[in-house]
Amino acid sequence: MLSIAHYLILSLALFTVGVVGVLARRNLIIMLMSVELILNAVNINLVAFSRLHGSVDGQAFAIFVMADAAAEAVVCFSIILVFFRNRGTVRADEMDLLKW
Amino acid sequence: MQTYVLPAIYAVIVILALPLLAGCVLIAERQFRAYLQGRGNSEAVKPGLWEPITEVTKLLMEEDAIPSKADPVVLWAAPVVSLMVVLLAFSVMPIGPAFHLADPNIGLLFIFGIGSLAVHGVVLGGWASNTQNSMTSALGAAAQLIVYGAVTILGVLSALLLSGSLSMKEIAQAQLERGQWFIFYVPVGFAAYFLGSLRITTSASFDSASPGNESDKAFISAYRGFRRCLYLLAGYMNVILVACIATTVFLGGWLRPLAGYRDRFPGTSVELLDVLPAMVMMGAGIYFFWRARRLTVNIRRTGGFLVAGLCVVAAALLLGVLFTSEGFMQGVHGAFWFVLKACAYIYFVFWFRFEFLPAHRDMLSRLEWRMLIPVALVNLITAAVAILTSQDTGLPMRLTTLLATAATLGVAWWLFKNPPEELAAMRAGGE
Amino acid sequence: MLNTLFFYFLSAIAVGSAILMVTRRNIAHAAIFLVTALLATAGIFLQLQSEFLFIVQVFLYAGGIMVLFVFAIMLLHLEPAGGLPKFSRPQIVAVTLTLVLGAQILYAVFVGRSSLRLPALQGNISPQNTEAVGDALFHQFIVPFEIASVLLLVAMIGAAVMAKRRV
Repeated sequence: MLSIAHYLILSLALFTVGVVGVLARRNLIIMLMSVELILNAVNINLVAFSRLHGSVDGQAFAIFVMADAAAEAVVCFSIILVFFRNRGTVRADEMDLLKW
Repeated sequence: MQTYVLPAIYAVIVILALPLLAGCVLIAERQFRAYLQGRGNSEAVKPGLWEPITEVTKLLMEEDAIPSKADPVVLWAAPVVSLMVVLLAFSVMPIGPAFHLADPNIGLLFIFGIGSLAVHGVVLGGWASNTQNSMTSALGAAAQLIVYGAVTILGVLSALLLSGSLSMKEIAQAQLERGQWFIFYVPVGFAAYFLGSLRITTSASFDSASPGNESDKAFISAYRGFRRCLYLLAGYMNVILVACIATTVFLGGWLRPLAGYRDRFPGTSVELLDVLPAMVMMGAGIYFFWRARRLTVNIRRTGGFLVAGLCVVAAALLLGVLFTSEGFMQGVHGAFWFVLKACAYIYFVFWFRFEFLPAHRDMLSRLEWRMLIPVALVNLITAAVAILTSQDTGLPMRLTTLLATAATLGVAWWLFKNPPEELAAMRAGGE
Repeated sequence: MLNTLFFYFLSAIAVGSAILMVTRRNIAHAAIFLVTALLATAGIFLQLQSEFLFIVQVFLYAGGIMVLFVFAIMLLHLEPAGGLPKFSRPQIVAVTLTLVLGAQILYAVFVGRSSLRLPALQGNISPQNTEAVGDALFHQFIVPFEIASVLLLVAMIGAAVMAKRRV
């Protein structure tokens, strides 16, 4: 009696929490973790629809999303590291060199 | 509900028996090291009958000291994570043809995937104690876990090419179909797995070349009492887990040696080689009886005779099981062979660790990094080429894999002879 | 029945861990909660009978990316993250906007219940999930597969180059 609406709502809940995390927190690392949460919500959506249609395409695409998330996490972390070395903090408020 | 009974029994056995076995492995390692160092005959090292339990009691009676400013929740959670990882991995381990908790299609990948969570147990453990030494040593241990985990996976992959399936039961079954154990098809893969497993199992418990429980630089030094007990338990159950994986993937699992040889005794339905387990146990019983006769302390004599008697009873049981149904006999004998092979692997690990590992640790790890991962990768490629060749041209698999092993060893020799500049400088300068 | 129970249990853990993650001050605690959220998501994949994706999620996300996060958090020696004090204006605006967005999508899902024909999930998945996914990856999606491997290589090199200390 589980319909696909259940999975859509779960994915929506995780997506919402992730967006709140990105918008409302000022710490770069927590913002990055919230982005990972958003990507996971998208994965749940993909896999649920792949199960609905009985094809494996959604799952293969979810694997690519995961690989992409890994690459992105690595690059973002090195950016955060360089920023931390230069500024001593990881708050997004301090990234204001390009502000007018 | 019928299908849940046997897995439930198996789960209860795993949870009850494994900690006891882990304690025995700890005692065995200590005994073995004592014998190899020549002090095996002193009274202080001879174990009592209840030695594993006294070890644990000693740990539980320690004062539960928590470092100041330590994080209480993570301090409790980290050893539990380590233990959970190992226990979960045992759920897909097939001790006999039907004796496992679950047989998912992704069995081996499940073990390695859940095993990758063990890094969290180590890193969080180091972080929770909030001491500088603990944190750095935990990060070092975790880095070692990651790297040597990768090496073991590369080693196992080459055996996986031969079996064609990730399910643990089918890997053991494939060794029956292919005709010999996978260790004879991909010995370099087994060597990679073996060397990787050496380093995985030393990392989580201690941080130096096993100085015992009291190294103050290891990350485990911040843990006292029950939490330390959980970490040590996870560490030694890891040893058993690694041995069980090696047994299933490389050593034939529950298969008898020469499993394809099916000649029977004339007139009965008993196969010739199936009396081997009973003979082994009988031999063990006779040996214990012989040793027990020369002991002087009364309680040890009784203990020795008890063990000898148990071995003889086991031999009788194994012989009796031959005349029951086929499935039951396969199960019991399979369990015997599995346990025997796992014990042999653990023995080999202990011996190798004692003989070769206490070298300069950083030099050793750099040597392994430069040589082990390239050789394991080359082995994977050559094994794949060998399998494809034997499928396409019809050459026997044994020949092609032999050639592949020779090629891999040639590459390893070349790598050894032409090291990168740092390695040559290290070998010339700091030997 | 057991299926539905597992789904609700895992969803509760996932959403609860996610909410706890975005509200922690201590970054390490937030990382731990993200690990539990990812493991619960892996459980959801297993419950959807895609076992290969379950184990890839555990391996890659919880055992790989989160280890990267935890290592970086330990090595950076960050002070406990002060977020802004609670109930500051940007936070209230952010949460409200996001809730409005969520409500819109929820409304779309509910309204479209009849017209989009969101049926119950049938039990018609083949048991050989790993083989099917591998087959799709290497036959249909071989080009994205190779591009993804190049992407990972480039990301590794870029991160290593960027994070080196210039002496």
